[in-house]
Amino acid sequence: MVAPTRTDAQVKPLDWQALMRPQIHPIPSGTRDVLPDEMRELREISEAVRGIFELDGYGEMWTPTLEYEAVLARAGGVPPAYRVFDDHGEVLALRTDMTVPIARVVATRYATADPPLRFCYFAHAYRGVRPHRGQMREFLQAGIELVGAPAPDGTAEALTVLCRALDAVGLRGYRIGLGDASLYPTLLRSMDVAERAGEQLMDALGARDFVTLEAEIGRLGLDDADAELLLRVPQRRGGPDTITGSSEQLFADAVAGLRGVYELLAPEVAERVIFDLGLVRELGYYTGAVFEVYDPALGAPLGGGGRYDELLGRFGRPLSAVGFALGIDRLHIALTGEEREVAAAIGPLSDVHVQEPVVDT
Amino acid sequence: MRSNGQGLTIAVPRGALFKDTLDRLDAIGIDTSELRFNDRKLLFADIGVVTMRPSDVPTYVEAGAADVGITGKDVLIEQPERDVYELLDLRYGSCRMIFATIDGPDPSAEALRRLGVMRVATKYYKTAGAYFEQTGRQAEIVEVKGSVELAPLTGLVEAIVDLTATGTTLKENNLVIREELFTSTARLIANPVSHKLKAEAIDELLEKLRAT
Repeated sequence: MVAPTRTDAQVKPLDWQALMRPQIHPIPSGTRDVLPDEMRELREISEAVRGIFELDGYGEMWTPTLEYEAVLARAGGVPPAYRVFDDHGEVLALRTDMTVPIARVVATRYATADPPLRFCYFAHAYRGVRPHRGQMREFLQAGIELVGAPAPDGTAEALTVLCRALDAVGLRGYRIGLGDASLYPTLLRSMDVAERAGEQLMDALGARDFVTLEAEIGRLGLDDADAELLLRVPQRRGGPDTITGSSEQLFADAVAGLRGVYELLAPEVAERVIFDLGLVRELGYYTGAVFEVYDPALGAPLGGGGRYDELLGRFGRPLSAVGFALGIDRLHIALTGEEREVAAAIGPLSDVHVQEPVVDT
Repeated sequence: MRSNGQGLTIAVPRGALFKDTLDRLDAIGIDTSELRFNDRKLLFADIGVVTMRPSDVPTYVEAGAADVGITGKDVLIEQPERDVYELLDLRYGSCRMIFATIDGPDPSAEALRRLGVMRVATKYYKTAGAYFEQTGRQAEIVEVKGSVELAPLTGLVEAIVDLTATGTTLKENNLVIREELFTSTARLIANPVSHKLKAEAIDELLEKLRAT
């Protein structure tokens, strides 16, 4: 992508007197204005993504920004941060993602449609996060939902669309971290770990706190091999040998799902995958494969997704589903970061000699 | 700055953890002699080390400006919202987060009983607030930047929450420890994206540090 050089405002010397006026028109914490120079770049990214989604058969959808809080709560996702009362005293909430609204639409508007169903969206969602670069409280997401396509084929299709979209944006260095939300719970169940103790381990894993995880595992009184497995598995990440490198039956069973997905991936998708057996996504509704997108140019994931085979059932249409969301702001930051690295590798601009135009006199 | 043998940028805390951290880095084959002799320089590109105050380490690591870092558990508890991996308890730099008042009858208990609220000075605003919430006591947290021990001596507050290694400063200021919140040691933390994309280098560093 070529950075546009057009600017809308003429460059004027700073008028400090004018800047010192008191700021009397603030905007809410975690929101921001997007002006034309940036907007053109954001639009270029979302159009590239939209092109792939449409090409792959995902129809774009809009749903209300405001939903009934009780409807969102059925899904068990991120609790909403912004609530209002409507004129009848009902509690409305700003959606925290698009997956839950689309699950609602599938169960109501597509109640009898034959699966698989393919939808995509470009929409703002709202969360009560600590605002920082790439994570505002109002943020634009681009994503797909593939409904009624079970694992492993549905998962492989979603990962393929994901890579095609990231390629279309122009990112070069990205990787997909692939894990399984059911892996660790499966291990805990097969070792007969008590529910309460299991929750504590999952909490430590969710907090990415391996020090506490090790201490809690030590308290379980398991035999050495099982304790070692519980400690090592979530730290295992890397190439395909991550899921084949152990002969232990417990482990082999737990990663069977991931192996099934990996076998279906085309080489250009497979080479992007990093297996990450400790991957835990923030949302509670994931049931199987989960994934996140990493780029060396940004310290946080560009987006992610996974399987949520039980979510649709909570709205009355029990269909398996898989989907992902990408943060448009984060794609943009990563893209500018990659461009900077390329520029740095080429060398400073002053080294480029421009031929003076020869004026004929 | 990618030539410490691992291609990582390591955030190293200056202050109380500095010397022990350098000893551990020396022990795993990262030559820190320049860090020891130059206390003004902040970035040591040829060994992939950046230095900063301990409470800034999670900020740099979360943003990916450093791949890994070393900081105190007290810092991580005070900044729970930081999205970083906590990989290893390095077991040095041991100190205690304590609740202390002036020696003699407990002035914080009297404030609670008669006024309903005690005033507590601390540099660890969130840690202290969460602790009194969990233990069911109303406290007004007074955030100070410098010597916390001064606050109860001048009548600003009835109690303090602070970090202590030996307890000497407390004793010299006629303060006694009433409760201990937790013990803190140095921790190795990692950026979530580096943890995946530089997995091999981080695991190698982790194993070496675990072995020393």
